[in-house]
Amino acid sequence: MQNTPKEELRNNPESETDPIGAVMVVGGGIAGMQAALDLADQGFKVYLIEAKSAIGGKMAQLDKTFPTNDCAMCTISPKLVETGRHPNIELMTLTQVVDVRGEAGNFTVTLQHEPRYVDNSKCVACGDCEKVCPVIVPDRFNENLIKKHAIHKLYPQAVPNAYAIERRGISPCRDACPAGQRAQGYIALIREGRYQDALRVIKMDNPFPGICGRICNHRCETACNRGLVDEPINIRALKRFVTDKVYAEPRQPIEPAPRLYPQRVAIIGAGPCGLTAAQDLAKAGYGVTVFEAMPVAGGMLRLGVPEYRLPTWIIEREVQDILDLGIELRLNMQVNNLDDVFAEGFDAVLIAVGAHEGIRLRIPGANLEGVLVNTHFLRDVRLGKYVSRHEDGRPLEEGKLQLGKNVLVLGGGNVAVDCARTAVRLGAKVAMACLESRDTMPAHPWEVQAAEEEGVQIYNDLTFEQILADEHGHACGVECMRVASFYFDESGRLHVEKVPESNFVIPCDTVIFSVGQRAGLAFIPDDAGVGITHKQTIAIDPNTMAATRPGVFAAGDSVSGTAFVIEAVASGHKAAESILRYLQGEALERPPKPELPVVRLSQQEIEERIARGEIHRKGRVPLPELPPEIRRVSFEEVEGGYDDESAQEEAARCLACGVCSECMSCVFACGAKAINHDMPPMREEVKVGAIVLAPGYEIYRAELSEEYGFGRYPNVITALQYERYLSASGPTFGHIQRPSDGRQPQRIAFLQCIGSRDQTHDYCSAVCCMYATKEAIMTKEHHPEIDLQVFMMDMRAFSKGYWAYFERAEKTYGIQYTRCRVSCVKEDPQTHNLWLTYQDEHNQLHSREFDLVVLSVGMEISPEVRNLGRRLGIELDAYGFCHTVHFNPVQTSRAGIYAVGPFREPKDIPETVVEASGAAASAAAQLSRARFQLTSTPEFPPERDVSNEEPRIGVFVCHCGSNIGGYLDVPAVTEYARYLPYVVHAEDNLYTCSQDSIRHITEQIKALNLNRVVVASCTPLTHQPLFQDVLRAAGLNPYLFEMANIRNQCSWVHSHDWEVATEKACQLVRMAVAKAALLTPQQTISVPIEHCALVVGGGVSGLSAALNLAQQGFKVHLVEREAELGGNLRRVVTAFPAGTMNALEGEPQALLATLIQQVKSQPNILLHTQSRVVDFGGFSGNFVTKVETNEGKRQEIRHGVTILAIGGEEYRGAEYGLGSHPAILTQLDLEEKIALYPDQIRSWKSLAMILCVGPAEQYCSRICCSVALKNALALKELNPQLQITIFYRDIRAYGFKERLYTQARARGVLFIRYTADQKPQLSFADEQGILIEAIDLALGRKICLRVDALALSMPVVPSETAKEISKLFKVPLGADGFFQEAHVKLRPVDVSTEGIYIAGMAHYPKLVDESIIQALAAASRAGRVLSQEAISAGGRVAVVDAAKCTACLTCVRICPFHVPQIKADQKGVGGIQGAVTIEAAVCQGCGTCVAECPARAIQLMVFTDAQILAKVSALFAWEGAPEVCLT
Amino acid sequence: MSDVNTDYQIVAFCCQYCAYAAADLAGGLRLQYPPNVKIIQIPCTGKMDVLYALQAFEAGADAVMVAGCMPGDCHFLEGNLNAMRRVERVKDLLRQIGLEAERIKMFHISSSMASQFVSATEEMLRTVEKLGPNPLRMNGKASRKETHVRRVS
Repeated sequence: MQNTPKEELRNNPESETDPIGAVMVVGGGIAGMQAALDLADQGFKVYLIEAKSAIGGKMAQLDKTFPTNDCAMCTISPKLVETGRHPNIELMTLTQVVDVRGEAGNFTVTLQHEPRYVDNSKCVACGDCEKVCPVIVPDRFNENLIKKHAIHKLYPQAVPNAYAIERRGISPCRDACPAGQRAQGYIALIREGRYQDALRVIKMDNPFPGICGRICNHRCETACNRGLVDEPINIRALKRFVTDKVYAEPRQPIEPAPRLYPQRVAIIGAGPCGLTAAQDLAKAGYGVTVFEAMPVAGGMLRLGVPEYRLPTWIIEREVQDILDLGIELRLNMQVNNLDDVFAEGFDAVLIAVGAHEGIRLRIPGANLEGVLVNTHFLRDVRLGKYVSRHEDGRPLEEGKLQLGKNVLVLGGGNVAVDCARTAVRLGAKVAMACLESRDTMPAHPWEVQAAEEEGVQIYNDLTFEQILADEHGHACGVECMRVASFYFDESGRLHVEKVPESNFVIPCDTVIFSVGQRAGLAFIPDDAGVGITHKQTIAIDPNTMAATRPGVFAAGDSVSGTAFVIEAVASGHKAAESILRYLQGEALERPPKPELPVVRLSQQEIEERIARGEIHRKGRVPLPELPPEIRRVSFEEVEGGYDDESAQEEAARCLACGVCSECMSCVFACGAKAINHDMPPMREEVKVGAIVLAPGYEIYRAELSEEYGFGRYPNVITALQYERYLSASGPTFGHIQRPSDGRQPQRIAFLQCIGSRDQTHDYCSAVCCMYATKEAIMTKEHHPEIDLQVFMMDMRAFSKGYWAYFERAEKTYGIQYTRCRVSCVKEDPQTHNLWLTYQDEHNQLHSREFDLVVLSVGMEISPEVRNLGRRLGIELDAYGFCHTVHFNPVQTSRAGIYAVGPFREPKDIPETVVEASGAAASAAAQLSRARFQLTSTPEFPPERDVSNEEPRIGVFVCHCGSNIGGYLDVPAVTEYARYLPYVVHAEDNLYTCSQDSIRHITEQIKALNLNRVVVASCTPLTHQPLFQDVLRAAGLNPYLFEMANIRNQCSWVHSHDWEVATEKACQLVRMAVAKAALLTPQQTISVPIEHCALVVGGGVSGLSAALNLAQQGFKVHLVEREAELGGNLRRVVTAFPAGTMNALEGEPQALLATLIQQVKSQPNILLHTQSRVVDFGGFSGNFVTKVETNEGKRQEIRHGVTILAIGGEEYRGAEYGLGSHPAILTQLDLEEKIALYPDQIRSWKSLAMILCVGPAEQYCSRICCSVALKNALALKELNPQLQITIFYRDIRAYGFKERLYTQARARGVLFIRYTADQKPQLSFADEQGILIEAIDLALGRKICLRVDALALSMPVVPSETAKEISKLFKVPLGADGFFQEAHVKLRPVDVSTEGIYIAGMAHYPKLVDESIIQALAAASRAGRVLSQEAISAGGRVAVVDAAKCTACLTCVRICPFHVPQIKADQKGVGGIQGAVTIEAAVCQGCGTCVAECPARAIQLMVFTDAQILAKVSALFAWEGAPEVCLT
Repeated sequence: MSDVNTDYQIVAFCCQYCAYAAADLAGGLRLQYPPNVKIIQIPCTGKMDVLYALQAFEAGADAVMVAGCMPGDCHFLEGNLNAMRRVERVKDLLRQIGLEAERIKMFHISSSMASQFVSATEEMLRTVEKLGPNPLRMNGKASRKETHVRRVS
């Protein structure tokens, strides 16, 4: 029984005291990566779980990011690499969380790892597999705009840098085939014209493809999903086509299989079953002898199937291919005694004798002359004993036979049809008679039809009473009776109800019985120990094919009764496998194999794929067939085959149901042997202390909004698809195209709020306005001539820099914005152009034609994520968004589980990154005691001192499979490198980065005493750290390493010119060697840090940051100007209604009181109220700050990090008469009135609000709309009769704040839009009230409004101390006076100076929950520094030679990070006091100061001037450079 | 040998965050560009020294390209802006010694702009083809020596 979490925790006393120092982060997008990095840097082991095959999430799909138009890939890819290589982050891709048990601090998470089918640790991402993979499916990373292969890398920069195979399951064709033929695989190869490869796939499961291609009963086709579209794929014909194609070429000799074992196996019967088993056993390395009673091999294929269906040559060819493996065949050898076989020394025997004995019905006359049996008749025809009547007149040769003129075949099966059609070809008039009705005849309907076409008459529903004899005792007719009904009982006995007195005679001169076959088992004596069933088949264990005597196995028709070839093949494989196990001494039962689901497409999915244009209806490509008049007189093959074109056309109809078809092409291509198609899914349990959920969002499925025609009209696309078009690395390399014709569109419309702010989505997706604007701007950047129109409701440009961005889009780029929600899109079917009808703000109706319509789709939570939420037991709302708890906006309803990003509420990248850090801080505070409990640092041997050695360079040149070796002469480059200066060793490797090569390089460094290493392979951006670790492992300093990028810069980009690419590779290697000779070891130094933080500002942000850091175990100095803590929040009284903010659904003052109480009682926090910072210096880890109280008392604080949370202020300018009338209020004033003077509010009849006042005309202050709406609702609560009118420019109620807007309108609040040039005017204000005049845009006329009170939404402006603090801490201010973060998207709480972080309204106006999260994020970033013992510095840093320094300040001025400082105690040039110092711990290593220093007193290590110039000169001048000799 | 005139040498100083990554991506996408371009990786174009360009010309380079991040996108905030200024400085110096200023050019290429990297290299080659070889090496002042490729049967 499973313990409940409570009990488990009690049973585990450790968990009470010690949480687990590991965190699971679910989701590998930007949020997941950020949380993982923050936590791993803080000393926690992180499991990063990603459902896809690579991390990167949605951001990796983006082209640019707003509002800076930064390249998304540039910003994300360093994070990808960092995450992928972090020693404390364990990446788990293709993984899902199944279950979480336990409690905060001690969770047990069950994970399901889906198979990648590629071993990450072996794959070197060379891509050779992708080139040969024939399966192409829509590329979801590119939003289905192009196709990708089943084996794929999600995108070029993917981490982990390894391929993965997409496999949905087993295609139904393979599932239906008894032998498991990979039809989907060989069909894909046929489509590509790769016939040899296709045949190889077929032969892996079936040695008789040419035969099955002709006579197989092809259950694969019955199962084929294509049948749901139109007609199944003609799989059998394709199989025949490919064998005909390959067999038409000269036959390549087959290599005999090497004999590995002494044991021998005897196989009795050279039919398809016996030969299949013989092949398998021979390939496995055993001796095999096949005994065949007949003079020819092939069994029933050769002797039971007529020539017109299966030509002899093909049987001989395929039998020979098997025998050539080294199998002995003894023809004309009837085995009469099994004991003899064992006596001859065989270790095992397989009986596969087939079912060659025909059956005669026990009726009178059954043995008359002229009565034949099917098997013997067909065999004699194939052995050439019969002469056709078509050649009547010639005398019969000795021993030859001739059939009668009127033949009656008794039986309705396929063999009966064979007999009948054979008899036709021998010149007889033929009829068939059978027990069954026409519809229930066991023969295939097409066989029956072909027989009729050839003139065979068919009698149904008959039973045969006797065969009548003529006067010579020769058969002359069959007496039949009509059958009313029949059935077989349980024992297989036939019961027939005849129609009384229905007797009649069918006249004939020859009767052929075709009523069944059985094996000829005469050779098994009763005492041989092999049991026989009552059906005269051999008794076996159906799982192992073992007969009752040990060492004897039986398979094929002799155990199953008559079956089809493919079943004989399957049976042969199965028997062989058992025999192998028997010979190896293993248990006969094979261990169970993991089974994949069979992909049965639903009709709905088919229809969806048709709707998306992925499938086009198109029936089978017809096959040529001989006309009946020729068929009747000839044994020529009836059915013709496809030609190349029609075969490929037919193959292209395949739906690739399973995605990967296991065609094994990749396995053959992979030089690293990394592919394993049998990889099973795995479950794993992992113990963690906390869980961060960052599962991200899905875009709204635009096809659900049918009115916009997505999926039906090719030129209606989603914004994410448009993003892929714009991306320089996208499917069109950044060219904008119309899907319908590939033309560049001239008129593009963006439709906003698709899947947002509608009947099914009561929220705003918060990013669409901006991304549409970004996409429009990027379009204009590329093609200023393109006409762009955006249809929107409001422009929600609510965050930092967004409003300016929008204004630039409108004014500088001329993008047209129209305020209208377009209700539908119509297509002109001729041009595929799109018509939009819309009404502008002045109620004018327009109709306009566009070339392309882009749908700005909103955010949704995927069903998978909702399921995850359910499994984890956390509260989600109706849309699947995660509820977080009061006062901790990243905490879910289950303690210890945090949620971030759009999973909480739709949001953009910076806020997502902030939340990720915030969650990391919360988890860190919870688990702080377990820091460094589970992390590890890689151990390396001590470094060898090479300072006194002459360079001894080893060069390793990589083939990268065929990626380099296929396009340039790697051995020649290696040989060339051998003769370069200081090179003592050069070698080439198939994959230099593979695990065995890495071990080998380590050994070579030691063995050859190398002290510098050059690897000529791919890019240092991904591989340098890997090779540097190789050096470390060999005891070398990692900086004694250099790379030549001959793959990305030679073989891949000059792939059409072998010699040019080779020459350039030599040059790059030469340059790398030249630099390598000058490399010196770089030592990192450790700078101890002060484990203490300074937080400036005692508002909600400063309090939250301080509290979190204190909970993390760090000492915090909190400095606040005022006597009271709480900042702006002290004046906020009205709460947001439930559901509009996701978290913090509580009274603001209660929150504040709790927070202050927690801070005051926290021993780690030292409060400095009524104090200010007067001096600041030092660097990250070692800051020194002076704090002065109002009384002038100074204190020096040493601290490692600084958090600036100085807040903002409500603007109080005189616009709209503020200050001139008691009823003209700010929103904060209004809150105060609501709290203190509710009666006054109850007395008001009308109130107006004006949004966007003063500075808010220049930038959006983000919170004003939400606050105004919140206050409006609070007013309505107090005074439902109050008439509220809100004058606005745009309502920016982003995310769930949209619900405030909806509620306000529902409560009767009036909204009147105004424009910047027609603002509302305050006419006068007196005791009677306030008169406001405005232009109503919808009415097109002036309106006047008298109100009792006017509330002005004053923006938040920077704190009055912002400028001072900016100067003191050297933190730049942005255009609007708020602190400037280091990077808008990815470092939103960092500033350009290391160790200083910003939070709250000092950064930008924000709501309380947003401030708290940002404060937590700042605490997380700070915790990364404080949790380290010391900062390690060095490597690529600037180093000053003080003796050359003139203290000219050039470096001090140019360094963007303010690192260089003049130190008076340093001696500069000529011994003069004062020279610059660059602190290694904070130097960023860009080298800007180096290039600027006029005295050349600074060098950037690893990129010294000498090293770079050595590269330059090595390119041009190298006396005695060796010649390149192409091998 | 093919018809590519590999005699021309163009040295490309590429910042590792953007242009170098764009060149990597050009490889990944199998885009072809003139083999005359030889990339030297630098951490930031802010490291681009006037001296490097001059030394390259002196050694015999026919052109120098400096490729950094998009303006405003520098990983090190302003490195690419400093590089632009220095490239202008090199142009001045080239003019003063009678070389064509077009032999050096600054490009802004983000890491996903593989095709723009390719067009930049093509543009540089066209410039060199128009201007002809670096006169310094034609006068024998540069000590440039070619790599010799020999086919051994």
